Amino acid sequence: MVKNFQVTLPVENPAAVRLERRQNRAHVIFTGDWTISEVSHMDPELARLDMGDAREVEIDGSGIGAMDSAGGWLLLRTKREAESAGAKVTLTVPEKYQALLDTMERDHTAPPVTHPPHRGMVGLLERTGEGTMHVLRQGYDLLGFLGRVTIEAIEAILAPRRELPFPALVHQIEETGVTALPIVGLLAFLLGVVLAYQGADQLKRFGAQIYTIDFLGVGFLRELGGLVTAIIIAGRSGSAFTAQIGTMRVNEEIDAMQTIGLNIAEVLVLPRVIGLVIALPILTLFADIVGIIGGLVMTYFDLGITIPAFMRELKGAINVNTLMVGLIKAPVFAFVIALVGCFEGMRVERNAASVGKLTTRSVVESIFLIIAIDAAFSILFSVLGI
Amino acid sequence: MSAGGQKDDVAIRIRGLVNGFGGSVIHDHIDLDVKRGEVLGVVGGSGTGKSVLLRSIVGLNHPLSGSIKVFGQETVGMQPEEMRGLQVRWGVLFQEGALFSSQTVAQNIQVPMRRWTHMSQSLMDELAAMKLSLVGLPADAAKKFPSELSGGMKKRAGLARALALDPELVFLDEPTAGLDPISAAQFDQLVRDLQRSLGLTVFMVTHDIDTLRATTDRIAVLVKKKIKVGTVKTLVNDTDPWIHEYFSGPRGHAALNS
Repeated sequence: MVKNFQVTLPVENPAAVRLERRQNRAHVIFTGDWTISEVSHMDPELARLDMGDAREVEIDGSGIGAMDSAGGWLLLRTKREAESAGAKVTLTVPEKYQALLDTMERDHTAPPVTHPPHRGMVGLLERTGEGTMHVLRQGYDLLGFLGRVTIEAIEAILAPRRELPFPALVHQIEETGVTALPIVGLLAFLLGVVLAYQGADQLKRFGAQIYTIDFLGVGFLRELGGLVTAIIIAGRSGSAFTAQIGTMRVNEEIDAMQTIGLNIAEVLVLPRVIGLVIALPILTLFADIVGIIGGLVMTYFDLGITIPAFMRELKGAINVNTLMVGLIKAPVFAFVIALVGCFEGMRVERNAASVGKLTTRSVVESIFLIIAIDAAFSILFSVLGI
Repeated sequence: MSAGGQKDDVAIRIRGLVNGFGGSVIHDHIDLDVKRGEVLGVVGGSGTGKSVLLRSIVGLNHPLSGSIKVFGQETVGMQPEEMRGLQVRWGVLFQEGALFSSQTVAQNIQVPMRRWTHMSQSLMDELAAMKLSLVGLPADAAKKFPSELSGGMKKRAGLARALALDPELVFLDEPTAGLDPISAAQFDQLVRDLQRSLGLTVFMVTHDIDTLRATTDRIAVLVKKKIKVGTVKTLVNDTDPWIHEYFSGPRGHAALNS
């Protein structure tokens, strides 16, 4: 914290206090300006006053020049302390400050405020437990949300009186798909360049540079294209879903929808889920193509492989299955991103801080799930021998 | 409190203030004096720039031209460092309280104390409890976070924070908006009581005609980019149609006759 103290309030007369004792009578004389800029150093000074066993205490503030509520409190506190020590106390202040003191005397009887204590080792254990329970409950709730969305989706598709909100769907595809093309394309291209460079560098040692193309084609189509696209979209669209729905919660828009009788899952969740499930595979295909082009550019300059040679080698390395293995995962990733994004958005509480917190959580959760699911797919494919 | 500068009985002096955004003028050369120790109510229709006026005075909005003097110091074009001398002498209550959501009510009240004084923690705790009592909040509110408070309690807590440094001048932005009539009446009484006992100067933006009647000494009406100052009694007979409608319309009439 910046230590820029110095309240610039002018103090004309510094505050002072002095104690006179005659046997069991104490006379406490307050003079000067008792304002907030003076109380900080007068507080310890007052604590040093020793009234001993005085039976009668006279607090004389009639010489006070200026007083505010902070200064008034110190006078009042001195009085109350003496009273609780069993003394008989009188308190005088200048006429114009009597009203302030009376108000404080009347209204203020509460003890000082206290703060929640800092928790030590026990607190750490407690929080670990709380966190674990929270994660479990979160998983349970997400599963519940998945069930609800599934049922509502089926209802929405089957029930003839309803129709899917097509404008919303098209809007979502545009928002999550079309506008993401530049960033996805750029990153896929750069990734293709990096991958080709690294592959060529290593394979050169075995004189197997040409296999850079195999490595690039298989690696990009099977894994990287889909994974990178999904992660970009989780950061881009998943977070947007949470923030949009969360802000609607803060503004009570969700509540308004419910009272009107709109189906939240149908109006808000379905267009996003379906939109992304359509958009992400297309984006992935786009990323695959641009990524390969990136690799092509790099191998051309680095290894001097011509475009026809590149194409010939690529054709030998990959087939339709290679592409499909990568693309089949995209709808699953899309579903997870949209579901988590909407789910976290629905959990936003009615304050602004909550939107930020849950948006972050939404992105982290969907990226975690994407990688976990990708690993599960890898195991599945290896068992199936694809 | 009123240490220093007693010669001048004007707390805020505004001359020729012009405010505008993107080509549209909101305030067209307005003049206004706020006297020390008075409660001035500022009213006006939506979009007439009541809050802009308040924000211009406290330095959150930069006017196009004109002069604003607070306690004799020109604030238009003032550097942030120079502003600090004034910031300890005023307190601002924002519309929704603007409490820091990551801190308890007690910590909120202690933010200005921590920033500007070097009091011990125990003294700040005592003073925070005292401020809470003054604004009529129960002692257990101290430990609560803003999200756990009702709208009325947030405003009271915001007022307690605004009063943390015992300022001379307090700005209130729609203090009773969104409160039920009973809470609003209590808040009016609170403002009036505190104003009397602490000797405050109060600059209050409000829509609430009951609040105007109950608390203000004078009223400034923003109408047609200009400002008109008067009391409830003189403004009722004003010739301007908006002012006339405001004070003589059904709501105004009921409030003034009660």
